[in-house]
Amino acid sequence: MKKVYFQSPWLPYLLLLPQLSIVAIFFLWPAAEAVESSFYLEDPFGFGSTFVGLDNFTDTVTSSDYGRVARFTAVFTCSVTFLSLGLALLLAVKADKVLRGASSYKTLLMWVYAVAPPVAGLIGVLLFDQHVGPMVDFFAMFGWQMQIGVNYFDTSFAMITTAVWKQIPVNFIFFLSGLQSVSKSVQEAASIDCRSGFRRFWTVTFPLLAPTGFFLLIINITYAFFDTFGIIDVIVKNEPGNNPVTLVYKVYLDGFRGNDLGGSSAQSVILMAMVFILTIIQFRLIERRVHYT
Amino acid sequence: MAYRKTVASLVAAAALLGTSSASFAATDITWWHAMGGRLGEVVVDIANGYNESQDVCQITPVFKGTYEETLTAGIAAFRAGEQPNILQVFDAGAATIIGATGAVIPAQDILEDAGVGFDIEDYIDGVRYFYADSDGKMIGMPFNSSTPILYTNEDALKKAGVEAPKTWEEFEAIAPKLKEAGYVPLAQSHLPWIFTENFKSRHNLQFATNNNGYDGSKDTKLVFGEPIKNHFTKVKGWLDDGLFGYYGTGWGDNQTPFNEGKVAMWLGSSGSFGGISKTVEFPFSATYLPYWDAIEGAGTGTFIGGAALFAMSGKPDEENKCVASFYQYLTSPEVQYMWHRETGYVPITNAAYELAKKDGYYESTPAAEVGIKQLTLPGGEWTKGYRMGFYVQIRDVMNREYGKILSGEASVEDAFATIEADGNKLLERFSKTAGN
Repeated sequence: MKKVYFQSPWLPYLLLLPQLSIVAIFFLWPAAEAVESSFYLEDPFGFGSTFVGLDNFTDTVTSSDYGRVARFTAVFTCSVTFLSLGLALLLAVKADKVLRGASSYKTLLMWVYAVAPPVAGLIGVLLFDQHVGPMVDFFAMFGWQMQIGVNYFDTSFAMITTAVWKQIPVNFIFFLSGLQSVSKSVQEAASIDCRSGFRRFWTVTFPLLAPTGFFLLIINITYAFFDTFGIIDVIVKNEPGNNPVTLVYKVYLDGFRGNDLGGSSAQSVILMAMVFILTIIQFRLIERRVHYT
Repeated sequence: MAYRKTVASLVAAAALLGTSSASFAATDITWWHAMGGRLGEVVVDIANGYNESQDVCQITPVFKGTYEETLTAGIAAFRAGEQPNILQVFDAGAATIIGATGAVIPAQDILEDAGVGFDIEDYIDGVRYFYADSDGKMIGMPFNSSTPILYTNEDALKKAGVEAPKTWEEFEAIAPKLKEAGYVPLAQSHLPWIFTENFKSRHNLQFATNNNGYDGSKDTKLVFGEPIKNHFTKVKGWLDDGLFGYYGTGWGDNQTPFNEGKVAMWLGSSGSFGGISKTVEFPFSATYLPYWDAIEGAGTGTFIGGAALFAMSGKPDEENKCVASFYQYLTSPEVQYMWHRETGYVPITNAAYELAKKDGYYESTPAAEVGIKQLTLPGGEWTKGYRMGFYVQIRDVMNREYGKILSGEASVEDAFATIEADGNKLLERFSKTAGN
């Protein structure tokens, strides 16, 4: 292969500059501002601020609600990631085997991808509405009186269901293309060696899907953490009350709804640290086990 | 090409026409508000009416979303130096904006500076001091003022053979009959506003130290005594017995079953009147917010909810003059009466109330008078209002803990302990933002 070199040593940096400046302006600068204001208690109108050291952090962590929100975030993230990956994989494997009308199946499974999160939330709200929701009527047939917005568990259930429903198509598309890139000869060789389709899947196909799976795992955790904001906002109808909310939503509630800039900044700094640690874990521990072909 | 040119010149001409009809060299002022739906239409009507009434000033109303969103947008704009002339701020945000000395020009000052007379006695009792500072100077101009009242489904009451309750004791007596008649007897739409703030006012009970917070944010603390805890114990009991319905924190979730005729009585805002009269298919009426007769000194008036208009500082004098002239237009009896009739919000001046009476409005629709009559009930030491910072979050804490009481996750005692702890912490933090 012919190697290409840049003429000037500065050219690569120049070409990187747009990307780097976007990162600096939209990520690094706000992040630095957040770290700074997490040490202050500031009047919302900006007339004065008091340096309070780590007070914002201790107030956040010791508040009666923070632990509950953090626990819900963990449960929510795990359930959404696990369920949306699992169901998408199942659907992809099954759709991969369909011969007649394959493209209509695939289109039906994918269209949800085009739905914007707040719209998905709105559909969720309609489906689970206490007064007119068809899902509520459906579960009532089994004796489950759902009360979204009143019962903590029911509301969590509606949130997770909507978030999973919204995310399945993305995972489905990636898994399907991953499955289609598994070479036929490998599959044929495997089917000679082993008759059990289930075992064949776990020992041959699944490991070959691991790079896709790992990529999706990260995408899904990020999704459950941050992108579900719209769904949660619509389901709680801008009134948090006794409803489950995620840590990201709480940052918004305290900062943008409550105008507590210091407290909200402290929470986002904590969140930044958590995401940082999560990223290290993902790439250090899990990626080592992933086999790239 | 020729066609394109014609279109372009037409557009230009139309644009020119547009500006010239909007009066030559008028001073433009903006008004950010949170009035959606039907209310928003009436706001636009008021603005148009003002613009047509004179040609010196031109006001533009801009809808900014919910109350919380409007306040946040106003704050962000103020920090960027792009604030509107008038910002609508709701009751719970009052401490934030009034506490930020220098962010607003008091309504009283802006009117007096413009040479327009101002007399606080012109305003009705319950409205007068809610948006005032501790010296009684009016800072925010009360705009959409409402108070919690009890709406009743007359069919339901007739079917059960009962009358609307004046006290909670009476409610306990009639509720089982309403339940037997196939209704959920009672629902409400805002636990912090109706069952906390106005519970305090209706029973003349202290809500916070430092004169309910009016005397400054330093060391202000919430005060919860036995009466309110007992009330919530009762409410939980009613819920368990099927005498009370709770459908979540959202306003509409609780109003819908009343509108649909499933709930017999609903505690909502006097400002809900316009909407209800257009929606429901059964005859309805309204009466005062019930109180516990057993609590000594109960039965005092309530204070207002809703929002006020704040004139933002940092604007040129001529624009401030326009704000003053708009305030004058807004508080004129005719405009107030129109607003009252169209929305159900109370008229804020005595003159407007008199006009509505003279016009015979309350003879044809007596329920429309309930809110204002309740606001003018005799007051007491603690019926003036409250002033607490980070109050949006304190309300969120209340909603969360009340939700826990009603779903059985927490006892009344524990829930109030949490509200006090978290609420006082927020008050302390707010006090620090003001440099205390």
